[in-house]
Amino acid sequence: MKRIFSVIVENETGVLSRISNLFSARGYNIESLNVAPINELNLSRMTIVTEGDFNILEQIGKQLNKLIDTIKVIEYDNELPYVEREMALIKMHTDSSTRAEILRIVDIFRGKIVDVSQNSYTIEVTGSSEKINAILNLLEPLGIKELARTGKVAMARESKQ
Amino acid sequence: MSEKLKGAEIFIECLKKEGVKHIFGIPGGAIIDLHDAIYKQKDVEFILTRHEQGAVHMADGYARSTGKVGVSLVTSGPGATNAVTGIATAYMDSIPLVVFTGQVPTHLIGNDAFQEVDIVGITRSCTKHNFLVKDVKDLAYTIKKAFYIAKTGRPGPVLVDIPKDVQTASCEFEYPDAIHLRSYNPTYHGNPKQIKKVTKVIESAERPLLYIGGGVITSNAHKEVLDLAEKLQIPVFTTLMGIGGFPTDHSLSLGMAGMHGTYKANMAIQYCDLLISIGARFDDRITGKVSEFAPNAKIIHIDIDPTSISKNIRVDYPIVGDSKLVLKELLSVLKDNNEINQNREKWLDLIKKWDSEHPLSYDDSDKVIKPQYVLQLLNKLTKDTDPIISTEVGQHQMWAAQFCNFNKPRRFLTSGGLGTMGFGFPAGIGANFANQDKQVFVIAGDGSFQMNEQELAVLATYKLQTKVIILNNSYLGMVRQWQQLFYGRRYANTNIEVQPDFVKLSESYGIAAKRVEDKKDVEQALIEMINYKGPYLLDIKIEREENVYPMVPGGAPLSDMILT
Repeated sequence: MKRIFSVIVENETGVLSRISNLFSARGYNIESLNVAPINELNLSRMTIVTEGDFNILEQIGKQLNKLIDTIKVIEYDNELPYVEREMALIKMHTDSSTRAEILRIVDIFRGKIVDVSQNSYTIEVTGSSEKINAILNLLEPLGIKELARTGKVAMARESKQ
Repeated sequence: MSEKLKGAEIFIECLKKEGVKHIFGIPGGAIIDLHDAIYKQKDVEFILTRHEQGAVHMADGYARSTGKVGVSLVTSGPGATNAVTGIATAYMDSIPLVVFTGQVPTHLIGNDAFQEVDIVGITRSCTKHNFLVKDVKDLAYTIKKAFYIAKTGRPGPVLVDIPKDVQTASCEFEYPDAIHLRSYNPTYHGNPKQIKKVTKVIESAERPLLYIGGGVITSNAHKEVLDLAEKLQIPVFTTLMGIGGFPTDHSLSLGMAGMHGTYKANMAIQYCDLLISIGARFDDRITGKVSEFAPNAKIIHIDIDPTSISKNIRVDYPIVGDSKLVLKELLSVLKDNNEINQNREKWLDLIKKWDSEHPLSYDDSDKVIKPQYVLQLLNKLTKDTDPIISTEVGQHQMWAAQFCNFNKPRRFLTSGGLGTMGFGFPAGIGANFANQDKQVFVIAGDGSFQMNEQELAVLATYKLQTKVIILNNSYLGMVRQWQQLFYGRRYANTNIEVQPDFVKLSESYGIAAKRVEDKKDVEQALIEMINYKGPYLLDIKIEREENVYPMVPGGAPLSDMILT
């Protein structure tokens, strides 16, 4: 079972290490992890995508809560509908035979070209992880040069809370 | 405006505010300034050990025997890494400690400076929390937080790393009276609805059983446990860490359960219809094979740490909270046995039957000294003086848990979770500093004792009432027992016949000592040791291949006990 946790933490040195250490020491997986400060002073939000059975996910939630620097743990599941987004930067090899096709694909996925050179495009695309995977599938045969993905960020839907 | 103090002086003022009387450690380059400040005052006494591991274990024994926070001070680099085993030991057993480490000056951090180590990084997974203080202005508040975190909630060790330049820099000293951390709020009171629900479950159980762990000692809930057991006539077993949480002498006591638990306790677990766990964590040494643990029972689990609940065994009725407070809340609503009209006789009779079938026992001998005999005798000779017993780790530890009686909490000090050989001797010394009116008996094996024997120097310095009893079989006995039972008697690297003459070793420190090799001399030797004013070491040569029984082999269900 995949699960997304959002963890609101004190923005102290070492807090990222405490969290990643917790996962490695207890043998939990991290599929992706994203950290950045939020609008409240000295707080950061971590979004962690992990996997495990019911017992493991329950322990992960409790262990995250137990860390002294943790203020709040939000677990997204069926009971808490949420929106999730991921962004990717994709640098493509281009030549006269592929440019048009790449642009068409980018357009379909409502992506943007954010950098252009004589033989490359850099594409920005945002969406669910599935959407990112789908565009990557289409772009792959056309020559991906470099790829950077942010990992998921997630937030509960206000209307259903 | 108050006057400015140096970091080292602030350190001392903070310790005074926390009521610290003793700190244990060894000086070094990165903490000379703190030692200079210690030298200039009289309120806090520094106990100079001979190894940092010993220092942390002493602080740990101090904490276990009193419930206060134990304090240790060691230097940077090797001083800090030497302390790690002590810190991990305290972490596994939830013991409140504050360990201060010196650090290289802030401008050198990260430069691979002399005696630099990233101790905050190293100890992240074996402390409750840790801090690196980079500015003298944060020092007092950080120390306040460290003590607060160490002793509240589920207690544990907290490390504070203080760079040398922070010790010499100055600022105004202000110590907050109260503290509030927005990210740390332990739950103390149980959920009232859940308590109500659990009350009915307890009242309707036919074969209830109480499972008492170290949390009962930590939260001083022994009185409430006794009330609960007596009110509803519920039999009680303890874990190794829970020893002293319920009087061994009590008619409802089943002793310790688990790998080397009593037959009656292990059988009771397998047959009970309700298991009430208080301040315990379903460790593998208690449960045996998890899928066959307590197969007939509903389980209630009271614990202050939510992560302990349903970690190894799914429980039916979790209550997060402080054991003492939850039990008080529970006792206020529980009916007593007469009112619920449960016939407990049948259940208690079944337990009596198990006890009479396989009581704790051993084959005594006149030719060799049996360790169980020594411990029973020690127990008999000291039962009126209420001593503290500290153990090392191994066979002797299990025999002490089985054959000594503990009717009060904080009298049995042992490394349960980490199983640290070398713990018992320094922990006993630490406990003696906190309880100078008491005798402390260190039950040691010859293997464990050699892991921290250098601390004889501390005993020689302070002339405490610490008495060391080495149950000497010249083996790493517990491993040898496994090799005998499960590895075809291939005694790989467990024979330690080459060892110091412990009597001469002790005497070389100026500590009285004696060796006993004949059973008829044991009683007299014990009496001499007990009556001796000052530290003493007794080296008792025991049967070399005596085993600890009962034994549940690792991974087997509790009912599969090897009995002899």
